[in-house]
Amino acid sequence: MMQQVVTYPLLFQLLLSIILMFVWRRIDLQRIISICGSLVGVALSGWLFFHVWTNGTQTVQAASWDAPFGITFVADTLAATLVLLTSISGLAVSSYSSASVIPARLRFGYFPIFHFLLLGLIGAFLTGDIFNLYVWFEIIIISSFVLITLGGEKPQIEGAVKYFTLNILASIIFLTAIAVMYGLTGSLNMADLAVIVPKLENRGLVEVAAILFLIGFGIKSAVFPLYFWLPASYHTPPSAVSAIFGGLLTKVGVYALIRIFTLIFLDDILLDDILLIIAVLTLFSGAIGALVQKNVRKVFSYLIICHIGFMIAGLGMFTEAAIAGAIFYLIHDIIVKTNLFMISGVIYRIKGTINIKSLGGLYEKYPKLSLLIAIPFFSLIGIPPLSGFWPKISLILAGLDTNNYIVIGGIIFASLLTLIVIARVWSEVFWKNPVKLPKREHFLYFEDMTNLRKVQFIAPVVFLTLVSLYIGFGAEHIQQISSRIAGELLNHGEYIKAVMPKS
Amino acid sequence: MELLLAIMTGVLYAAGLYMILRRSLVKLIIGLIIISNGANLLIFLLGRITKGHPPIIPEDAKMFSEIYADPVPQALILTAIVISFGLQSFAIILVKRAYKVVNTDDIDKMNATDEEV
Repeated sequence: MMQQVVTYPLLFQLLLSIILMFVWRRIDLQRIISICGSLVGVALSGWLFFHVWTNGTQTVQAASWDAPFGITFVADTLAATLVLLTSISGLAVSSYSSASVIPARLRFGYFPIFHFLLLGLIGAFLTGDIFNLYVWFEIIIISSFVLITLGGEKPQIEGAVKYFTLNILASIIFLTAIAVMYGLTGSLNMADLAVIVPKLENRGLVEVAAILFLIGFGIKSAVFPLYFWLPASYHTPPSAVSAIFGGLLTKVGVYALIRIFTLIFLDDILLDDILLIIAVLTLFSGAIGALVQKNVRKVFSYLIICHIGFMIAGLGMFTEAAIAGAIFYLIHDIIVKTNLFMISGVIYRIKGTINIKSLGGLYEKYPKLSLLIAIPFFSLIGIPPLSGFWPKISLILAGLDTNNYIVIGGIIFASLLTLIVIARVWSEVFWKNPVKLPKREHFLYFEDMTNLRKVQFIAPVVFLTLVSLYIGFGAEHIQQISSRIAGELLNHGEYIKAVMPKS
Repeated sequence: MELLLAIMTGVLYAAGLYMILRRSLVKLIIGLIIISNGANLLIFLLGRITKGHPPIIPEDAKMFSEIYADPVPQALILTAIVISFGLQSFAIILVKRAYKVVNTDDIDKMNATDEEV
C-alpha cells in the first residue's frame, strides 16, 4: 500500500478535475472545490516527498508489468521535490484565479482544465518511461492551449497561434527522437535506456537522437535560438494563467533536459559544449530583451528566458556542485516566477494597465503591499540572504572549478542586468509620480473588491513570498535537498536499480 | 519496402516543413499535419518491418525462436495518431477563430502581440 503513494498526487489531480467537470456551471462551487482540493494536493505531495526523503527512490510498475516492459512511475528526490513545488504553485494560483479571473472566463471550464494541467505536470515529473513522458507533455500542451485561448481576445488568439505552432513542432521533434531511440535500442524505459545506450556501437545515431531531444525540449524550455514563442504569448492570457505557465511550463522542459542528459546521454563532450554555449547566449539574449520592454509582463517573460540560462549552465558544467546549483535555482525559480506574474496581475487590478510608462505612485498609495512585492523582486535579483543568491554562488564556484570563465561572465552579466531591469520596474511602477489614467468602464479595480476577494487575491502572493523567504533563510535545507538530488542524478545506478531490481 | 518508406518519410518531413514556412495560416496547419504523419511513419519504419510473423509464441515453445513483428511501434503510433487528431481539430478551430478576429490569413500581419499595450 505504501508503495502506491507515488501515484496519489497524480490520481488525486485526475479525480479533482473529473469532480470539477460535474459542477461545470457552478463557478462558486468550483472555486471552493479547487482551493480545498489544492490544499489536499499539497498534503499528498508533501507526504510523497517525506516518504521519498526517508526511504529513497520509490517506484510503481503499472499493472505490475516489470520494467522494462510496463510503464514505470519513479519518484526519486528530484521528481518528488518538483511535484511538491507544482502543488504549492498550484494552490497559490488556484486561490489567485478564483479572485482575479473574471466569471465570463471561469464559466468555460477554467478550473477543470487548470487541474488537468497540474495533472500533466505531475505526470511528467513522475514517469519513468520516455513515451509516457511524451503523452504527459501532450496533456500539458492541450490544457495550456485551452487556458491561453480562453476569452478569445485578439492578442490572445494571435499569441496562441505562435505558442501552438512551436509547441506542436517541439512535440513532433520529441516524437522523432523517441522513434530514433526505439529503433536503436528497442526500449522505452528510461532506466533501461540508461543501461543500453552507453553500450551502443552506432554513436553517430545516438548523437542525432540526443540533438533531437535537445531541440524538442529546448523549444519547450525556451532556450536561446528557440524561445521566440514565449515573449509573443505569455503576456496575453490573464495573469493567473501566465503565473502557472511562467512558473512551471518551461521548467518541465528543463526537468526533461536534466533527466535525459544525466541519465541517458552521458560522456558527450560535444553536447556539454553545446549546452554551455546555449546557456550563455540564453542569459545574454533574455537579459537584453528584458531591458527594452515596456510591458511589465513582457519584461517578466524575458526574465524567464534569461533565468533558464542559469539552469542550463549548471547542467552543461556537469559537476555535482553545478547540478546542485541548477536544481537549487530550479526550486527558487518556480516559486518566484509564479509570484512575479501574480504580482503583475495585482498591479493590473490596481491601475487598470500594465504599461510601465503609464504606471506609477504605487508605493505612495499602497506602502505595505509594495514592501511585500519588494521581497520577491529582491529574491529574483539575488540580494544575499534571499533565495536567488545561494544557487548563483554554487554555479559560480562550479564555474571556477571547471575553468568556465565565460559562463561565470554570463551569470554575472545576467544577474547585473536583472538588477537593472528590476530597479527600472521598481522606480517606474512604484516610485514615479502617478500618471493620471482615465477610469475604465466595466473593470473591477482592486479598491472596489470585497474584503474576502482581496484576501483571496493577496494571500497567494504572501504565501509564495513566505516560501521564497524560507528558501532564502532556510537555504541550508534546500542546499541539502539539491545536493542529494545532484548526487542521485550523477550516480544513476541507484535509479536504475530502483526501477529494475533484477538487473 | 524499407527504402520506399524511408523516402516517403523524408518527403513528408520536407513537405511539412515547407508548408509550415509558408505565410498562410491554413498551410501552416496542413504542414503540421503532414509532418506529424511523417513522424508516425518514422516510428513504424524504425520498429523494423516484418511481414507475416505475428508476435505469437507457438504452443510448444516458451519464447520466440524466429523473428517477429514488434507490436510496440504500432501501439505508439496509435497513441500518437489519437493525440495529433485532437491537436489538429483544436488547431483548425483556432485558425478559424484567428481568421475571424484578425480578419486575415497572413501570418505576417499577426503583430498585435508585439504592439506596446
